[in-house]
Amino acid sequence: MKLVYWALPAALLLPACVTINIYFPAAAAEKAADRIIDDVWQLQDKKAAPTAPAGETPAVQPAP
Amino acid sequence: MKTIIIVFSLMMSMWLSLSPAHAAADLEINTPAISAIKNSMQARHAQLAPFYSSGAVGFSRDGLVAVRDAAAVPLAQRQALNSLVAAENKDRNALYAEIANGNQHPEWEPEIRATFAKRWADKAQGGWWVQDGSGWVKK
Repeated sequence: MKLVYWALPAALLLPACVTINIYFPAAAAEKAADRIIDDVWQLQDKKAAPTAPAGETPAVQPAP
Repeated sequence: MKTIIIVFSLMMSMWLSLSPAHAAADLEINTPAISAIKNSMQARHAQLAPFYSSGAVGFSRDGLVAVRDAAAVPLAQRQALNSLVAAENKDRNALYAEIANGNQHPEWEPEIRATFAKRWADKAQGGWWVQDGSGWVKK
């Protein structure tokens, strides 16, 4: 009888786990779209360029 | 007790065999075909950008680009513009299809297209034209 308590949820949950994968992964698609658009419009380069010199500025600090 | 162990091991083996498919949270976009299309679009962008800014070309809600104001372009340039738009749309259609095929779900193409349409519009610069449910809107 104990076996039934185990087997029933397992039988219900496992197919659900598989089925969910056939639905469109909206969040993943949005992430993929953003990566491609950033590449095509080269948006990352513009963002990366100002941050690189900014990272170097702490090296130039007034001496105590 | 023995049956519980058998059932448990059976479940674990099933779970392990299924988990790689279930864990595929990211879409594959690094196939050679997708990279080639992306490079082609990247190279074309410099030519299209002035037309986006002038409003001659806008981003349609089907994930493509469209000539929305041909009058903004000198007559002599219009043929070149039409070719540019046609080439861009060919790449865009191929891109959406390749992403769907590359992820073994060709039937996802319309949803991928809709996702891109939204993200092109969201990321478009100020002054560029995008098409929403009611018509053309200047960002």
